[in-house]
Amino acid sequence: MEAPIRAREALGFILFSLLFSICRSSSLNHLLISNAERRIDLSSHIVKVFLTLKVENAGSTPTSEVLLSFPPTQADHLATVEALVTKGKRKKTTLVRLDVKPTELPDAPNDAKYFTIYLANPLKSGESTTIEVLYLLTHSQEPFPAEIAQSESQLVYYRDSALILSPYHIKQQATFIKTPSTKVESFTRVEPSNRAGTEIKYGPYEDHPPYSFSPILIHFENNSPFAVVEELVREVEISHWGNLQVTEQYTLVHAGARHKGVFSRVDYQSRPTLNGASSLRYLLARLPPRVHSVYYRDEIGNISSSHLRTDSRKSELEIEPRYPLFGGWKATFVIGYGLPLQDFLFETSDDRRYLNFTFGCPLLETVVDKLTVKVVLPEGSKDPSAVVPFPVEQHLETKYSYLDVVGRTVVVMEKKNLVPAHNSHFQVYYTFKPIFMLAEPLMLASAFFLFFVACVAYLHIDLSIRK
Amino acid sequence: MAAPETSTAAVPTLYTNNTLRNAFGGVLSFFILLLIGVMAFSIRLFSVIKYESVIHEFDPYFNYRVTQFLAKNGIYEFWNWFDDRTWYPLGRVIGGTVYPGLTLTAGTIWWLLNSLNIPLSVETVCVFTAPIFSAFASWATYLLTKEVKGTGAGLTAAALLAMVPSYISRSVAGSYDNEAVAIFALIFTFYLYIKTLNTGSLFYATLNSIAYFYMVCSWGGYTFIINLIPMHVLLCIVTGRFSSRLYIAYAPLVVLGTLLAALVPVVGFNAVMTSEHFASFLVFIIIHVVAFVYYIKGILSPKMFKVAVTLVVSVGLAVCCAVIAVLIALVASSPTKGWSGRSLSLLDPTYASKYIPIIASVSEHQPPTWPSYFMDINVLAFLVPAGIIACFLPLSDASSFVVLYIATSVYFSGVMVRLMLVLAPAACITSGIALSQAFDVFTGSIKFQLTGASSNTEVDAAETSSSTAESQTDAVKTEKPEETAKNRPSRKSKKKKREHGEKPSTKAKAEKKRLLALPLESSVISLLLLVLLGAFYVVHCVWAAAEAYSAPSIVLTSRSHDGLHVFDDFREAYAWLRHNTDVDDKVASWWDYGYQTTAMANRTVIVDNNTWNNTHIATVGTAMSSPERAAWEIFHSLDVKYVLVVFGGLVGYPSDDINKFLWMVRIGGGVFPHIKEPDYLRDGQYRIDSQATPTMLNCLMYKLSYYRFVETDGKGFDRVRQTEIGKKYFKLTHFEEAFTTHHWMVRIYKLKPPKNRIRGKTKKSKSKTSSTTSSPKRSGTKKKNPWQ
Repeated sequence: MEAPIRAREALGFILFSLLFSICRSSSLNHLLISNAERRIDLSSHIVKVFLTLKVENAGSTPTSEVLLSFPPTQADHLATVEALVTKGKRKKTTLVRLDVKPTELPDAPNDAKYFTIYLANPLKSGESTTIEVLYLLTHSQEPFPAEIAQSESQLVYYRDSALILSPYHIKQQATFIKTPSTKVESFTRVEPSNRAGTEIKYGPYEDHPPYSFSPILIHFENNSPFAVVEELVREVEISHWGNLQVTEQYTLVHAGARHKGVFSRVDYQSRPTLNGASSLRYLLARLPPRVHSVYYRDEIGNISSSHLRTDSRKSELEIEPRYPLFGGWKATFVIGYGLPLQDFLFETSDDRRYLNFTFGCPLLETVVDKLTVKVVLPEGSKDPSAVVPFPVEQHLETKYSYLDVVGRTVVVMEKKNLVPAHNSHFQVYYTFKPIFMLAEPLMLASAFFLFFVACVAYLHIDLSIRK
Repeated sequence: MAAPETSTAAVPTLYTNNTLRNAFGGVLSFFILLLIGVMAFSIRLFSVIKYESVIHEFDPYFNYRVTQFLAKNGIYEFWNWFDDRTWYPLGRVIGGTVYPGLTLTAGTIWWLLNSLNIPLSVETVCVFTAPIFSAFASWATYLLTKEVKGTGAGLTAAALLAMVPSYISRSVAGSYDNEAVAIFALIFTFYLYIKTLNTGSLFYATLNSIAYFYMVCSWGGYTFIINLIPMHVLLCIVTGRFSSRLYIAYAPLVVLGTLLAALVPVVGFNAVMTSEHFASFLVFIIIHVVAFVYYIKGILSPKMFKVAVTLVVSVGLAVCCAVIAVLIALVASSPTKGWSGRSLSLLDPTYASKYIPIIASVSEHQPPTWPSYFMDINVLAFLVPAGIIACFLPLSDASSFVVLYIATSVYFSGVMVRLMLVLAPAACITSGIALSQAFDVFTGSIKFQLTGASSNTEVDAAETSSSTAESQTDAVKTEKPEETAKNRPSRKSKKKKREHGEKPSTKAKAEKKRLLALPLESSVISLLLLVLLGAFYVVHCVWAAAEAYSAPSIVLTSRSHDGLHVFDDFREAYAWLRHNTDVDDKVASWWDYGYQTTAMANRTVIVDNNTWNNTHIATVGTAMSSPERAAWEIFHSLDVKYVLVVFGGLVGYPSDDINKFLWMVRIGGGVFPHIKEPDYLRDGQYRIDSQATPTMLNCLMYKLSYYRFVETDGKGFDRVRQTEIGKKYFKLTHFEEAFTTHHWMVRIYKLKPPKNRIRGKTKKSKSKTSSTTSSPKRSGTKKKNPWQ
């Protein structure tokens, strides 16, 4: 008796999984994109792509998943993908953010990488919806020539496809590419395509089957400095005496075309627009309001070229590196500042405390290759847990600071490939008893007390052998 | 402050009164000392407040780098440290050639703080080491002067030392140099010597040797101690002041001190083999002979003694001759006659400028000018003679030491500006004595006059208000004969003994007091004048600390009508080198910038401020004074990738390489005779304008400094030399500009690879008239240059 049952079960399972896979694959097929528009902004070194997809459910079953696909080269440089859907009618539209998750598909052609957008309401058969997708690419503009002299401007390649890579059939699509200036050396023509001013238009193309690809190469001038922070360590130290101390250690590099040959200061000073047009002269850091004791230094001392502007809503720190950064040049520096604790530390209803702070790098228009955020909790705090809106690697460390005995718990979070869009808030929850605040003052007081007692004792004891 | 005046046995009520007063005095002087320490520390913080917490100047950067290494790698690695980032390709054994006292001190402080979980950086510890040790130094001064002339003089001297400009100049926060701890060690060693001399305690003698060991660890100036103390011992013997206390103060110091000094790797066998130490051994022999004579004298009857003397003198002379002959032979066999160049220049001030340009080229090795005395020790210069006189009233072992100390240090400071630092504590001690004695006399006579007006015969009042310092030295004096019996008194019993010792001298003093009493008005006015003098000193010191000696010299500021302007070019250049050149690239510059380049830029240098190899420095000097091609060859043979020059012509920074250039020529010419100083001078004058010699205008230093300088203002006006430069348009064939800082103060050039040189050479040989350049890129600028 038993064997046939098991066989039946197995059969059922196989059938079910088969059905499931059919369903999945059919979910790819029964969706189609009736209209797609893509706008690629190349004006800085972070490539911003706005994708407007009108998705139609041509199948019979409702679905709530829409797949996005990327070629593997792009997927490596993908910093963030966001999807929005417009809600409401006509003027009263609101944008609703949708969940986007990376997905693995077994039969991906040419190692294409996928992201799944989860719609809030399943798309019924025959219905259509418009999804706005924004994704950012870093390190996607390749300088060519790879080395330039001081007086030359920086030319870069951008590679993409004229057709949107998609697992769905696309009825109609067009791509608009915005270049930073009108100086475009060359671009691949995929008719119909034309260029007007700073915009290159590819399309409209009609009726392209899934996974259509048509490589294009655009060679254009981009003199915006390619500010890349190779490594950034942010340390946020909480002191319950009312201060939040932030220390940020930067390794900055100009990732554009490498500088070759001489650097002439006289040319650089007398003709700043022609000479070193792509050099990185200054950076702007946007800090929280009410910032105090700001410092900007490196391993050999203070760097005097910085300006701090504060108002009630934000603080702006304009920093100049010690020397202008040309392509391939590096600089390291540290920015530190204090913040009032009450702006960032809150209490939950269950007596836990949480820190609410921004995750990313405060510098504008910079890419961070590797970011480590360390939250140093006060000594004696327990049960730390971090809530971050995107996946990060986490672990705990212990740090010994001023007169610590047991050490402070440090929540360490690491993430690679960040763009300013990652500057969202994260929370670190922990429990802390205020009595621990008194540990160190008491320790100091008792140490001094013992010292004085020892002094008094010594003065009153005559240790000499002979009188 | 106040020592008890009358004996305990006579008036018991007065005794309790006096102990109370004594206790108050003790507490008061403790707090005064504490405040002096705070003042000594805080007056040195101007540099941190006005500039930033950063290491200053040149040598401190080396010390800082060594301390970093020590903190990172530990003590054993430190002793074995062979530094391959300097003196390329020779390298330098740091562990064996550095005075480790300062770095070990700062390293210990850092380690201690870190083990207490106080996470201060090595830099912070290094920056604040000097101010901390100047507080210690002022306390040591108090102890020393107290031993000589009592508490009042001690406090005054400590206060003076806490803010003496000469010492401030070497110990502001960030001035992380050997002198910062060495002055403390020096004063403390002297204190322990005097203490041993006054007490005859072996305990203090041992401490004295350890303090001497610390001094040897810290600074090459320890030879001053090991020569001054024998001189004092000799003086005591000659003036018939030999005692067992003198023997205890001296003999253990020589034996233990020399053994300990030989433990320091940089000193090693020098402690017994160089002439600087011979004086101490000679005196060591003499003191034994003298001690032996005294011993014999005690045993024998006067008649027998005379016979023995004649015998010993005849034998002794022979032995002495033999010993001296051996010594002379030893000394003569060593190449420098056993004296190092710096020490020789101490004995003969003109020695260095005559024979060793590398020593003469350092500004701090020059003899000082009169204004620098006024600048560095200010009113102390006038108080010192008074202090010396006060030391003679009465002359004790301790005060004779002070007199000797001031006399020798005045001589040495006259030889080298740097040794003004040794003069400063002596000047403070003597001035402290002078001031406190003067105060005693004036306040004493005021009190005498006031009380004298009411009742003429009351001498006791004046007596009780007599000077503390004087009474104490009297006490010390009277103490001496009875002290031999009980040599090791406890603290309490000693105090009592002093009070006892007072008794016989009070009567005589009363007589003296009456004679010393001045008219009321004059003493009041003199007192006011003294206060005014002190106030002037304080004002001057604060000014010197704030304005003159606080600049870190790596960052310059200038105040103009549109606010403060910061010149941070040095660090700009070093940071650029650090981040944008290969980690093994070699950087050539004049030796002044060697320490900074290794510490701040972390790049290998050819020569640095540890001027141990004259030939190597001369090679760099020769390269800088040679034409471009020859210089390129020299640098290329040294594997140099970058050449760094400091140029002040654009902003008017006077201590740049063009102004130092004649030293490069002299030092280079000293080793390589084809460099001749007259070639660079027009009629004996050093100039860079159109009258300059062609050799000057074609040397590498000129070219690297003024390359494309004319394009800044169209004329090429040098703001330091206040003239238009001689050769305005030229181009470089073997070097290319790699980096120039914002204000042009540091210019870094890269050596072109050898391939270019060969091509340029073949072209040149083909047609010398056609002005081909190695790089076609320059043709744009070439067209503009009419000179070419």
